[in-house]
Amino acid sequence: MSAPASPLFADRRAIGLLLALLALLLALPALVNSYILSVAILILYFAYTGQAWNVMMGFCGQLSLGHSLYVGVGAYTVAALFVHYQISPWVGVWLAVVICTLMGLVIGFLAFRFGIGGTYFALLTIAFAEFTRIGFDHFDWVGSSGGFFLKVESHGTLDLLNLRGSPTMFYYLALAMCAAAFVFCAWLLKSRAGYYWQAIRENEEAAQALGINTFRWKMLAVGISSAMTSLAGVFFAFYYNNLFPEQIFNISRSIEIILGPIIGGIGTLFGPILGAAVLTILADGITELVAAMGLEIPGVKQVFYGVVLLLVVMFLPHGIWPTLARKLGLGQGSGK
Amino acid sequence: MSALLEVRGISKAFRGLKAVTGASLEVPQGAIVALIGPNGAGKTTCFNMIAGVFKPDSGEVVFAGRRIDGLRPDQICNAGIGRTFQIVKPFAGLSGLDNVMVGAFNRTVHAAEARRIAFEILDKLGLGPKRDLPAASLTLPDRKRLEVARALATRPRLLLLDEVMAGLRPTETDVMVEVFRELNRRDGLTILLIEHVMRAVMALAQNIVVLHHGEIIAAGAPQDVVRDPAVLECYLGEETEV
Ligand SMILES: Nc1ncnc2c1ncn2[C@@H]1O[C@H](COP(=O)(O)OP(=O)(O)OP(=O)(O)O)[C@@H](O)[C@H]1O
Ligand SMILES: [Mg+2]
Repeated sequence: MSAPASPLFADRRAIGLLLALLALLLALPALVNSYILSVAILILYFAYTGQAWNVMMGFCGQLSLGHSLYVGVGAYTVAALFVHYQISPWVGVWLAVVICTLMGLVIGFLAFRFGIGGTYFALLTIAFAEFTRIGFDHFDWVGSSGGFFLKVESHGTLDLLNLRGSPTMFYYLALAMCAAAFVFCAWLLKSRAGYYWQAIRENEEAAQALGINTFRWKMLAVGISSAMTSLAGVFFAFYYNNLFPEQIFNISRSIEIILGPIIGGIGTLFGPILGAAVLTILADGITELVAAMGLEIPGVKQVFYGVVLLLVVMFLPHGIWPTLARKLGLGQGSGK
Repeated sequence: MSALLEVRGISKAFRGLKAVTGASLEVPQGAIVALIGPNGAGKTTCFNMIAGVFKPDSGEVVFAGRRIDGLRPDQICNAGIGRTFQIVKPFAGLSGLDNVMVGAFNRTVHAAEARRIAFEILDKLGLGPKRDLPAASLTLPDRKRLEVARALATRPRLLLLDEVMAGLRPTETDVMVEVFRELNRRDGLTILLIEHVMRAVMALAQNIVVLHHGEIIAAGAPQDVVRDPAVLECYLGEETEV
């Protein structure tokens, strides 16, 4: 009796589609204008952060509503090292990862040691992001609430070492991050960690009875998720070149991160990518449309997010991907 | 012969309600022992104290010569005790195969090896054809089998079974009984089972312990226990007539 490989990778069609998608994405900057490229970068950014958040919530069932914390701290860490000490982001990133992972582990420790779960855990993650925002509002070394800025070079330069360059460079950087995150998460999901996390997500008491030290494995999920998210912060800092505590740590940033996977399909590998694409394209379309009609409606994007979320939760409670995968005949669509 | 599991005078009260009072029992290495008693007698509470869900208010649990009371459930599993839940707790969104693989990862870090172990155990319990279905879609008897399969996958020395035959048809009960006999005889698995189905108890148990109102009122060989007047009065009265 031979053991079948997991459905996704046994399915040649899925691999074929994936390669075709990758080829298209690699060629994209040559095919589209700068506006579309900027939307594509945004999609990749949210696909990446969604994938990172998904490790914690989708795989392990631990709801974080404060992932903007890791984006913000990651961003400020590399930006401060770069601006104050001219330290390359490729070096600074390590410190960002260490700090964010530690913060994640502290939150995890407080919650899991003292049996804080579910909604209360989510509130704790919000609280940490909020405290940090307030802290940065008064942190003069990085510009406090007035903002912190990276010098923008002229457009022609390409300085990979210092991540100074054109949108095309950032596009490929984001694509590389997404691809790496995808492969990493696929590997995680098929390994013992993936099985243990899903067991904890589905029934923690039963997981414990099967010998799983649930504290330790939940900590691992938080650690990996926060480390991955800090990299998004590094990208954010060098792509946008300006950081404001009010914006980067804002809870609506955290919500944006989680909408993609929720709409695409929590716990699946393609869900965060699909959700990011759907949301970003639609949200941008709506914003454009409203602007084209000569209207100015503040918060139209937020209202739109709310509506999409409502529709998906009502009609596709598991997200778009599981249903789509079934339609495409791509295995079980459960994301494995 | 020294016992694999020794429970010495354990007690547990829930907000004043005494669920178990001073219960002692022994499970010798290689034996099958049944724990019976009316509803609410405290059987599951005993299991939960052995398996680490509750720390006993008093008393000791000794497994393979080592005190285990107060340890966490995962530590007790790793010490060699597998358990099923009376109210089944499947990983509902995962396939039957994945459910059992979670248990099997206790023995190996390699997914392929865990899968191989899981296949073998699922086949043994007759769940082979249903292994790719989500656990949520299984019937209750199948979910009970899955509980057993998952616990077995951790390769326990002692298996605690909490009413796994409930809801099975008599022929299915006989199949399960045969599975446990086989595990006991061939693999030397020691079993402590809570069961209301006397047909299974009589077929399997070398020893029976009877719990009533949280206290042990009888213990011994099956033929003696089922004739014990106290046991007949509180529990077996009507059933043994059948
Ligand atoms: N977690 C709990 N909290 C409060 N009371 C409990 C708890 N678990 C059990 N009890 C109570 O302890 C007593 C013993 O329950 P237990 O589940 O151990 O009985 P049992 O012998 O397994 O019964 P059954 O045959 O119905 O499964 C009951 O009165 C029950 O209500
Ligand atoms: Mg019970």
